[in-house]
Amino acid sequence: MRTSRTTTLLLRNFANIVHSRPLIRNRFTHKVFFHATRTILQATGQPPPAEGFLPGVAQSKFIKSTQEEALKNAELANTGVANGETKKMNMFQAINDAMSIALATDETAVVFGEDVAFGGVFRCTLGLAEMFGKDRVFNTPLTEQGIVGFGIGMAAMGHTAIAEIQFADYIFPAFDQLVNEAAKYRYRSGGIFNVAGLTVRSPCSAVGHGGHYHSQSPEAYFTHTPGLIVVMPRSPIQAKGLLLASIRDRNPVIFFEPKILYRAAIEQVPIGDYELPLGKAEILKSGKDVTVIGYGSQIYTLENAIQLAEKDIPGLSCELIDLRSLLPWDVDTVANSVNKTGRLVIAHEAPQTSGFAAEVATNIMERCFLRLEAPIQRVCGFDTPFPLVFEKFYVPDMIKCYDAIKEVVEY
Amino acid sequence: MFSSITSRLSLAKRHISVFNGRSFLRQFASASAEAVNITLPESSFRTYECDPPSFEMEVTKDELIRMYKEMTAMRRMESAADTLYKSKLIRGFCHLGTGQEAVPVGMKAAITRDDAIITAYRCHGFTWIRGGTIHSILAELMGRKTGISQGKGGSMHMFSKNFYGGNGIVGAQVPVGTGIAFTQKYLETKNATFILYGDGAANQGQVFEAFNMAKLWDLPAIFVCENNFFGMGTAASRSSANPQYYTRGQYIPGLQINGMDVLAVKQACSWAKNWTNNDQGPLVLEMVTYRYGGHSMSDPGTSYRTREEIQHMRSTNDPITGLRKRILDLGIATEADIKQFDKETKAEIDEAVAKAQSDPHPDPEELFTDVYVKGTEPPIIRGREREEFAVMQQ
Ligand SMILES: Cc1ncc(C[n+]2csc(CCOP(=O)(O)OP(=O)(O)O)c2C)c(N)n1
Ligand SMILES: [Mg+2]
Repeated sequence: MRTSRTTTLLLRNFANIVHSRPLIRNRFTHKVFFHATRTILQATGQPPPAEGFLPGVAQSKFIKSTQEEALKNAELANTGVANGETKKMNMFQAINDAMSIALATDETAVVFGEDVAFGGVFRCTLGLAEMFGKDRVFNTPLTEQGIVGFGIGMAAMGHTAIAEIQFADYIFPAFDQLVNEAAKYRYRSGGIFNVAGLTVRSPCSAVGHGGHYHSQSPEAYFTHTPGLIVVMPRSPIQAKGLLLASIRDRNPVIFFEPKILYRAAIEQVPIGDYELPLGKAEILKSGKDVTVIGYGSQIYTLENAIQLAEKDIPGLSCELIDLRSLLPWDVDTVANSVNKTGRLVIAHEAPQTSGFAAEVATNIMERCFLRLEAPIQRVCGFDTPFPLVFEKFYVPDMIKCYDAIKEVVEY
Repeated sequence: MFSSITSRLSLAKRHISVFNGRSFLRQFASASAEAVNITLPESSFRTYECDPPSFEMEVTKDELIRMYKEMTAMRRMESAADTLYKSKLIRGFCHLGTGQEAVPVGMKAAITRDDAIITAYRCHGFTWIRGGTIHSILAELMGRKTGISQGKGGSMHMFSKNFYGGNGIVGAQVPVGTGIAFTQKYLETKNATFILYGDGAANQGQVFEAFNMAKLWDLPAIFVCENNFFGMGTAASRSSANPQYYTRGQYIPGLQINGMDVLAVKQACSWAKNWTNNDQGPLVLEMVTYRYGGHSMSDPGTSYRTREEIQHMRSTNDPITGLRKRILDLGIATEADIKQFDKETKAEIDEAVAKAQSDPHPDPEELFTDVYVKGTEPPIIRGREREEFAVMQQ
């Protein structure tokens, strides 16, 4: 392998370009980006590091690493954990904790999926079988359509079914059960039956090297389905509260967990039982000039893009909103924000065409038409399958998000 | 096995071009075309609703040597992949077939280049026996332009003539293979499709849907369950109500095979080929095999089974050791010859690794190719402005 000083230099130069130098024009940025990446690929014989060129989640201002920060959350105020203890957890531990509480507080609750009795691929169910018994936390055969259908049957009996689909990429064999059976059970039975107790958890989105079948973000396929609730958390505290709310929500919920955050995102998480509201966005940072929207791991990319833009464009102030729930989603919070800023940038990893951003853009166009100062920008994955070697080109990274912010500001 | 020396030679030539290596040429020149008679042990087969293949078989000495070399090369290739993965030169999800070499190698020895194969993601060995070079497989794993899928797919995504992949979605390849078999029947060629899936995959609903179609229309579909006892961490007995996979076609006859014996595999596949050639419809073969490593590179493979179990399988059932012993017992080659073969194989793999490692990565514009047929790409495909594509090309 020809690793050398050239490589180190290249990497450092590239980091400089990305992090500090003002970017003159889009064209220039792209050129630099593609060329630098290509040169690094060629020089090192290695793809760029998995964490890419972005500062990690660890440095995020939205990560609550002390008890005080964690408990300051207004949404926790009425939950009973507001004055309680917190514990350091990464996202898979927080999810584990939520399921553990669900199992302890609801004797009809069961957890099942491929290899979940051993903890699952991402360790989310670690120790639950030992704690709650193998009749409540169990492995299923490899049968996604079966897993979801089975969960629907349990939920139709009024029980709480918490199913895991090992990767969001493998949820498609269960698509029919989710879209035709789960989503429509209440409607087609005129309310005699429902699948209120069904929650399907599944790890989604990019990890740096997942390739075609371990990286997809299929949320928009499901937000096109009335009857389902679709949620995607950004951090351990969020994941725990949103998952508990999802499990207890009286509708079928698909809970997508950005797998890159399982270990990367670490917070002080309240150890008690609490729920965070579904259907409610959260304003993470207020600002007056541009509204920036995302969800899941994309939030951290957007945080960095905003940081760079605000540094680059004197006086610029961006508002960042985490949607958290995608169906239903919080139009009011976003519309209120855009009515104030007049500009909107939406980012997600899934392909752009018919992606969730299209839904947001249309609603905001309808609600804020006269207030818009610039065309709404979507920063999304390309309309290609999710690539292996080109992941860095494909994802809506910090530079692309930065460009979009700049675009709406300078329009 | 073969009717004349000429057909043997032409077959041999094909192998030579497949391996594309000097040592194989040398080997062929020195090995013997003389045949030996072998009696397979009683335990080689178990039947379901059919008579077993003959336990008596005839193989040529050079074929035995070739199978030995192929299995060793495959194991070395996988172990090279293991090393490259650990040094982060291979990214993504990578599933190795170490321990299961007898299945592709025995199958290859029984079928022709015009028969089709389709399998799941544990596909490196099958890619190789269907004409992929070791270099093109390793290059694919490392995401190089010279990879068999232009470096765009990686481990699970490999294809070549009459090899329909490399399929990452567990079970999805089974009905696909059934469609391939239908087309063979439609074309009235005397070919079959070998449709591989695992003991875990055997529980996907679409497997049973495929069984039904194949029997309904009497297709030349040979369903091959590679039972390596585990689907990820779940033991076959804990995932399957009936772990006798060869009986799971219900109305389709089945055969269980010692998949750790390359000769039993070969004999079973020849028998199966013959079955479909006689228009007897589909079959379910269960190859009882074992994977030594973890499910994928991120699984050490020891949390759901003991080290002793793995060690036991290695020392008592290894397909390479088994064939090696047979070759020595029959006096077809000496210890020294075999050492020499191993040395040559090692050199060949090392060369392929070195070459693949210095090959370039694909060009960024490849991100947008092969989504739609060239020239019909909708303008949306780039997701952003046209300008960006132009910039990338500069
Ligand atoms: C539809 C689908 N579900 C889950 C997975 C994840 N997965 C990949 S391989 C595997 C186990 C398959 O076991 P088996 O069929 O026995 O094949 P083996 O790995 O033993 O070769 C699982 C669960 C997948 N790739 N596709
Ligand atoms: Mg298996």
